[in-house]
Amino acid sequence: MNKSVFTLEHARRLAGDVWELILEGDASAVTAPGQFVNLELPGKFLRRPISVCDWTETSLTLLVKEVGAGTRELVRLPAGTRLDVLTGLGNGFGIGAAPEGAVLVGGGIGSAPLYGLAKRMLAAGRSVQVVLGFRSKEDAFYLEEFAALGLEVRAATEDGSLGTKGFVTDVLNGLPDCRYVLACGPTPMLRAVHALPQITGGQFSFEARMACGFGACVGCTIETRNGLRRVCKDGPVFRKEEILW
Amino acid sequence: MVDLSVTLAGVTLKNPVIPASGTFGYGREFSEWYDLDLLGSFSWKGTTRDPRSGNPQPRVAETAAGMLNAVGLQNPGMDAVLREEVPHIARIFHGPVIANVCGFSLEEYTENCRRLEDAGPVKLLEVNISCPNVHAGGKNFGSDPRSAAAVTRAVRAATTKPVFLKLSPNVTDIAEIARACEAEGADGLCLINTLLGMRIDLNTRRPLLKNRTGGLSGPAVFPVALRMVWDVYEAVKLPIIGCGGVSSAEDVAEMMLAGASAVEVGAANLRDPWACKTIVETLPAVCERLGVDRIAGLTGGAHEAGGPG
Repeated sequence: MNKSVFTLEHARRLAGDVWELILEGDASAVTAPGQFVNLELPGKFLRRPISVCDWTETSLTLLVKEVGAGTRELVRLPAGTRLDVLTGLGNGFGIGAAPEGAVLVGGGIGSAPLYGLAKRMLAAGRSVQVVLGFRSKEDAFYLEEFAALGLEVRAATEDGSLGTKGFVTDVLNGLPDCRYVLACGPTPMLRAVHALPQITGGQFSFEARMACGFGACVGCTIETRNGLRRVCKDGPVFRKEEILW
Repeated sequence: MVDLSVTLAGVTLKNPVIPASGTFGYGREFSEWYDLDLLGSFSWKGTTRDPRSGNPQPRVAETAAGMLNAVGLQNPGMDAVLREEVPHIARIFHGPVIANVCGFSLEEYTENCRRLEDAGPVKLLEVNISCPNVHAGGKNFGSDPRSAAAVTRAVRAATTKPVFLKLSPNVTDIAEIARACEAEGADGLCLINTLLGMRIDLNTRRPLLKNRTGGLSGPAVFPVALRMVWDVYEAVKLPIIGCGGVSSAEDVAEMMLAGASAVEVGAANLRDPWACKTIVETLPAVCERLGVDRIAGLTGGAHEAGGPG
């Protein structure tokens, strides 16, 4: 974990209430896709944990969904705003642990870390398949960015306005060879993917209300097969066999 | 050169800064981020006899200038703490450690205190009679002078180490509870624990915390804590650890002027993991600005007579 000051380079609306933020600063503490950062906001006591979409040594790309007053203000901060950020939080996805043929599964804003994950899997010479779920076509984002990596996203939308009508599980059911997933999204989606009989393994990134984000307050503890685990410090990514669902 | 050392019931701390229980675990995480030996002490996570998983999620929520928590005393239990944490603490911190001890009965309190007798790094016991999240038959020992006195009497007889009672602010007259502890031989007091509060989610129209209520901490509670330290300083002769919303070296000085001999820093650690380090490093400059060369001299300095009787 590192604490340093980042400068907001730009924020652009991607779709609906989802924004892309580019921050410049020392991102050297980020070591794995699926990790998150914790941003201090003016006038707010607790930081806001945001997953890392992509990063370089000197920059962070964050996709932020407006869910409350804090994130609403965050995405509207003017370029040049300096933000105190804790970086390199959480374990992240383990690319080495994922077998060939693993499928990346995202839901809504949970798709964000899968972009950085896909990029690093490709860099490691791995094949990548991506399945993303959104409410509708208007809510979808980052499809062009995935395309620029040479990846065609298999999308599912609840209203059928883009890709398969239904949920990511409907797309996964059409991929008979998919046995292992790297997943991030809302808890009901994670549970549904976890419950698919053909999915025998995977890594699931959890969401939780956090106070500190670095393992001190134990506010975000969950029960796992290996006992109590902190989503922020021991996770947010947990292996399928650890999860009690 | 400012002398930052303070004394609590015969235990000398190199400075008055103590990370508060429940915000610092058993020191493991923070020892990766800075040298714990720069701290006066630290108060470890409230420990019960049996392991506890705490309350269901969600159990933290933000408030204006603070936060609510309803963690519910999650801890690995006294056996695991003695076996795994105490030997580890001996490697990462060489000053006096404060053991925060919790219990659901007089027997559990005394047993926990007795079992810490041989824990070398533990130089002081902080007996938590005020956690608002745990309802053992609705009982909260800190909410009534008689039960506070009963715990004090029981633990005082069970240990040779100094015993500080950690008091709840959720009472009508905290000075009355403080006097009851003093009368039964308490060596000191720590105050305040969190203030009972709650928030409601406008979308779901249900309480934000699954536990419904939680303890309020952070800068929002600082003036309340300060006032209670003031009142208790006027009421008893015991050393006081001031706790509640302390976020800066200036807050430490203010808390000491109100009557605290040392100061715990809680929620500030959760916003900035380096908060205590920064406070320790800023203290000498604050003392110089106040014109004191010995920080211990600040204690009670705001009281007109310079202190009680």
